[in-house]
Amino acid sequence: MVTELFSSGHTACAGCGQALGARLVVETTGPNVIIANATGCLEVFTSRYPESAWGVPWIHSLFQNAAAVASGVEAALRIKGKLDQVRVISQGGDGATADIGMASLSGMFDRGHDILYVCYDNEAYMNTGVQRSGLTPFGSRTTTSPSGKKSFGNPRPKKNIPEIANAHNVPYVATASVAFPKDLQKKVKRALSIRGPKYIQIFVPCPLGWRHDPGLTYEIAKLVVETGLYPILEYQDGKLISVKTIEAAKPVDEYLKLQGRYAHLFTERGKDEIAKIQTIADSNIKKYGLLKEGKEAQKKMAAEKLAEEKIFTTAELSKCDGKDGRPAYFAYKGKVYDTAGSDRWADGAHYNTHFAGSDLTDALVEAPHGDEVFERFKIVGVLKA
Amino acid sequence: MRRYLEGSHAVAEIVRLCKAQVISAYPITPQTHIVESLAQMVADGELNAEFINVESEHSAASVVQGASATGVRTYTATTSQGLLYMIEVLYSIAGLRLPVVLTCANRAVSSPINIWNDHQDSVTVRDAGWLQFYAENNQEACDLHLMAYRLAEDHNIMLPVMVCMDGYILTHAYEVVDLPEQSQVDKFLPDFKPIHCLNPDEPVSMGVLMGPESYIETRYAIHQTMMDALNVIPGIADEFEQVFGRKVHCLIEKYRLEDATQVFVAMGSMVGTVKEIVDGLREDGQKVGLLKVIAHRPFPKRIVYEALKNAREIAVLEKAISLGEEGPLLSDVKSAFCGQGNQPKISGFVLGLGGRDITKKSILEVHDALSGSQVDVKFIDLKI
Ligand SMILES: Cc1ncc(C[n+]2csc(CCOP(=O)(O)OP(=O)(O)O)c2C)c(N)n1
Ligand code: SF4
Repeated sequence: MVTELFSSGHTACAGCGQALGARLVVETTGPNVIIANATGCLEVFTSRYPESAWGVPWIHSLFQNAAAVASGVEAALRIKGKLDQVRVISQGGDGATADIGMASLSGMFDRGHDILYVCYDNEAYMNTGVQRSGLTPFGSRTTTSPSGKKSFGNPRPKKNIPEIANAHNVPYVATASVAFPKDLQKKVKRALSIRGPKYIQIFVPCPLGWRHDPGLTYEIAKLVVETGLYPILEYQDGKLISVKTIEAAKPVDEYLKLQGRYAHLFTERGKDEIAKIQTIADSNIKKYGLLKEGKEAQKKMAAEKLAEEKIFTTAELSKCDGKDGRPAYFAYKGKVYDTAGSDRWADGAHYNTHFAGSDLTDALVEAPHGDEVFERFKIVGVLKA
Repeated sequence: MRRYLEGSHAVAEIVRLCKAQVISAYPITPQTHIVESLAQMVADGELNAEFINVESEHSAASVVQGASATGVRTYTATTSQGLLYMIEVLYSIAGLRLPVVLTCANRAVSSPINIWNDHQDSVTVRDAGWLQFYAENNQEACDLHLMAYRLAEDHNIMLPVMVCMDGYILTHAYEVVDLPEQSQVDKFLPDFKPIHCLNPDEPVSMGVLMGPESYIETRYAIHQTMMDALNVIPGIADEFEQVFGRKVHCLIEKYRLEDATQVFVAMGSMVGTVKEIVDGLREDGQKVGLLKVIAHRPFPKRIVYEALKNAREIAVLEKAISLGEEGPLLSDVKSAFCGQGNQPKISGFVLGLGGRDITKKSILEVHDALSGSQVDVKFIDLKI
């Protein structure tokens, strides 16, 4: 008889990041949840008959269909009128998510099911003995991407699943690492508070597959973030709303050298490859604004997010016409922008054809430019007609 | 109520009357008319169900698996490549003892691609742990779907059921069918009561990992249930007759078998053609009969033996072949006679693959071959 939601009597290896991650997730969801689990380490180490680590209803069908099984669970709850009381989680490893189950995950996103999908990213197929997956990082060696005379291990970068999720217009997407449990749990909570499809990808070290000391799980899960190799991000409605910033980026070799899967790079020949991995980290840092300056960018993001919450009525907007020292705002597709700082606007007018205080959504159709120009303006709120 | 309906539409009406709650399917010819009808019924509010459009048959089967495990009545339909693409999930559904009902609109399999009828698709998955019934006509297809839900959800069975109906020949044929009243269906088919389901109030783990110490027992249990179903089915068929006032055959049907020395054995829509041939030959004074097999799984071996034991020449006609061996139904019929004292001549004929017409001439060719020596695999109507 199981009483805990995720009991510790499972058979995972010592230091397994995935066991840690799964426990954090289910402790956050609480008991009113149904989980559909893909085949993989997590399924195997938690469900060896006649035991089960799960104190919540849990179903496993196949490797590639957890998102579809969860869709059926969700549909059944909906028709029973129970979707308000019970949350649905679909979960699997990186292979189940990014490779064989990609189509069923895409289908789940596309249909808009009210499901949180959790990917436990240990960067290879561990359950079958450490083979390469679409989320295996560049330069890491696995049994099917071995290093050798003509190989430095995996030749390709990780698939960007969070952005693939975003491309489906899902309302919430986030990455996390088991080194930051509070952040992870906050994200699970936030995800569960939002209706529709959600995606969280958690970095979970695998001491067996990565060949690291089981005592280093936490350290490695922290270093991957501090080097910029695994950006910790949060998107709402496709918009980046938070990133975990780093004080000063650590060089990637500090992270790589702790793991046997990168040992082949620490040779004369491997130097260039480590430099390439450094480039991946550097470009993440730049792309997502992970450094101090990133903090500025983040502040701007947060400010915009806040501003977006200020609601303008049409009447209020019309007062922001730039006359008599009043601010000069205009609306476009539901967002309200400030013209301040633009040399194309003066006294509340744009070339005397368009005027502040109004909704210019329809006017743009005739304009010689697209809506990319609005990136220059600050968002100050949203228009509720 | 008697209505003139397309086979697909008739089946959709039955699924509506059975109040399926979660329906999921992926389009494939010739299954499409069934699921399109259901989608329309849901859109029109005639059927209170979730209709889940998926990105593949694999997910269609997975969706109904998840929904069934959550305790609601489910439905899916497919054929050919779609059924083959589902195979993994089919086994998993049966392994979890989920009472899913699936219509297979029988169609040939690739390559070469061919959208016309034969039985290679469903026969390929006969070992997956699903009860499998083959319909002769649209009325029978309707009745078998009613039986399918009732049997699948019977607590003594709790296994998925596949109703096979010939693509185009039945799915697209307009026939008069007698559709039951909602009150009759409700009487015959009470609400689905799962034995256990996914529910936070009583958490269970489904689909766990089982080692050598327990896995074989799960297969034993399914097999035993299948064998028990052979005994359960006649009682439920009686109930069917009481409620709907019409007989339903679910295992086999005997046609003019009483004194027959030559017997055809067949499944599905070709039975209709064979019946006509039997009538003609009878008029000529020949002692010919037909055994229609409806339940391919569980295979009613003893009943088949009893029905055939007085025959001297048996012709098994099949729209399928186990390439490199013989027709699967032929093997089953032969095994019914294994160890028995009398050994009739049992010959196998493969015909109608990929939609090749089965004409009266085809059946007569089989009949002519019957008096010769026993053959394992004779292709009929070959153009070579
Ligand atoms: C269709 C199919 N192909 C292959 C397998 C074998 N298989 C089981 S688990 C697994 C790897 C799981 O990898 P991942 O999803 O990354 O999870 P992990 O075990 O690493 O946690 C594979 C290849 C399978 N079960 N089903
Ligand atoms: S192989 Fe890796 S993922 Fe699997 S149980 Fe062991 S540590 Fe965890």
